[in-house]
Amino acid sequence: MSEGISQADRPAVLEGEGRDLFSKFDPLIAMREGLLAGGVEDPFNLVMEKVLSPTRAICNGRETILLGTYNYMGMTFDRDVIEAGKQALTEFGSGTTGSRVLNGTYQGHKEVERALCEFYAMDHAMVFSTGYQANLGIISTIAGKGDYIVLDIDSHASIWDGCKLGDAEIVPFKHNDIEAMEKRLRRIPEGAGKLVILEGVYSMLGDIAPLKEMVAVAKRHGAMVLVDEAHSMGFIGHHGRGVAEDQGCLEDVDFVIGTFSKSVGTVGGFCVSNHPKFEILRLVCRPYVFTASLPPSVVATAAMSIRKLMHGSNKRAHLWENSKTLHQGLKALGFQLGTDEPQSAIIAVIMPDLERGAMMWEALIKGGLYVNLARPPATPANMTLLRCSLCAEHTEQEVQTILGIFEQAGKAIGII
Amino acid sequence: MDRAQVDTTIRSLIEPFNKKGVAIEDSTSFANDLEFDSLTVMDFVAAIEDEFDIIISMNQQAEIENYGQLVDAVTKMATDK
Repeated sequence: MSEGISQADRPAVLEGEGRDLFSKFDPLIAMREGLLAGGVEDPFNLVMEKVLSPTRAICNGRETILLGTYNYMGMTFDRDVIEAGKQALTEFGSGTTGSRVLNGTYQGHKEVERALCEFYAMDHAMVFSTGYQANLGIISTIAGKGDYIVLDIDSHASIWDGCKLGDAEIVPFKHNDIEAMEKRLRRIPEGAGKLVILEGVYSMLGDIAPLKEMVAVAKRHGAMVLVDEAHSMGFIGHHGRGVAEDQGCLEDVDFVIGTFSKSVGTVGGFCVSNHPKFEILRLVCRPYVFTASLPPSVVATAAMSIRKLMHGSNKRAHLWENSKTLHQGLKALGFQLGTDEPQSAIIAVIMPDLERGAMMWEALIKGGLYVNLARPPATPANMTLLRCSLCAEHTEQEVQTILGIFEQAGKAIGII
Repeated sequence: MDRAQVDTTIRSLIEPFNKKGVAIEDSTSFANDLEFDSLTVMDFVAAIEDEFDIIISMNQQAEIENYGQLVDAVTKMATDK
């Protein structure tokens, strides 16, 4: 018997052992574990066990004021909206099981598109299964090889992904910088197609774009303009059509992108336009064609909600009051905010770092208040933010309670 | 404009962004050696674009990993203009 046989196996250590496709996530896994090791309640694993109203829920066992949803107009529990959904569920079933261009267009899909045309006073509306897909589909389809997309660097992920899915040349400019945008438009080779992409409200800091000036510059350079009004629909502008309406330049916007998952209170996305050839997009836009259409109950609730939002001016006025009160109150307490003045229903509280941001988030949730913790890479300039989004259904009293919880938590964590 | 002139100009433009004072060679990489994040890239690219009156789209930026490749690309764009 040779010596070797009685020796235990000693397999050579292989290079790259234990590494696989998931290894790229190791730094993120480590950061998350580090954060939770301090005993902090996981900000990205919150469960709402019961939803009591647009502004209240039982979260992780506690009754909580909701200040981090996009339920701006509080439509989720509107009696007419729920009734419309129930009726559609009964009459048309739970789902369409098909694409909009095959068996997935029901009467309800046409009705919600009609409601959108009336809401925006535009000729065409195309409904997608989510807001994300609306940006993905429209951007990647209309800007093709050889065309140029000029966009704000702080654009939403769905806009960037739409750019990535298409073949156009992508040219970003500094956030809200009119001159930087103009320079880039000026340098685009003659004859190339141009699309400028802007947002009404930028959701991280809650700031708005100088759309009137920017749209005018884009038009002067022969560019088409797409504006994402996801966070302004239903609230900003006289008819709730968004920042472009408020600044008087909606007529010059070629495409408005929006969502049903914020003020409308359900899920889905859309694009409205006056372009005479708009309808052809239904046949060539892949994120529209190659996915199932929205369930009948969802389009029925969306149509009812959109029609009610047309007459929501009292709610809009109350929401502005809430936004102003919260902004002033937080500023007076000594918190650093994303904007000097309230510009939308989003108020971003800037945290000194992620660690204290997470501690502050936890102190708020234990005090009965839910806000969004936003961290890089979703945030501009690597900021950690506590994002508060107000609802038209928050009462004056509730806003005062919210300020009280913020004061207590801010003092306990040592931020104010 | 020849490559040497472009090189001199970009060398002066990169200075404010080269916070750690890394020695710049043709092989110096923006992501690894200079550790540029996406916002720094945008500001640096904007400075070059304004200086040479060109557009460097993100599609073109994806092909540029190191300093030498940047000087080559800008030289070509400034000449073709």
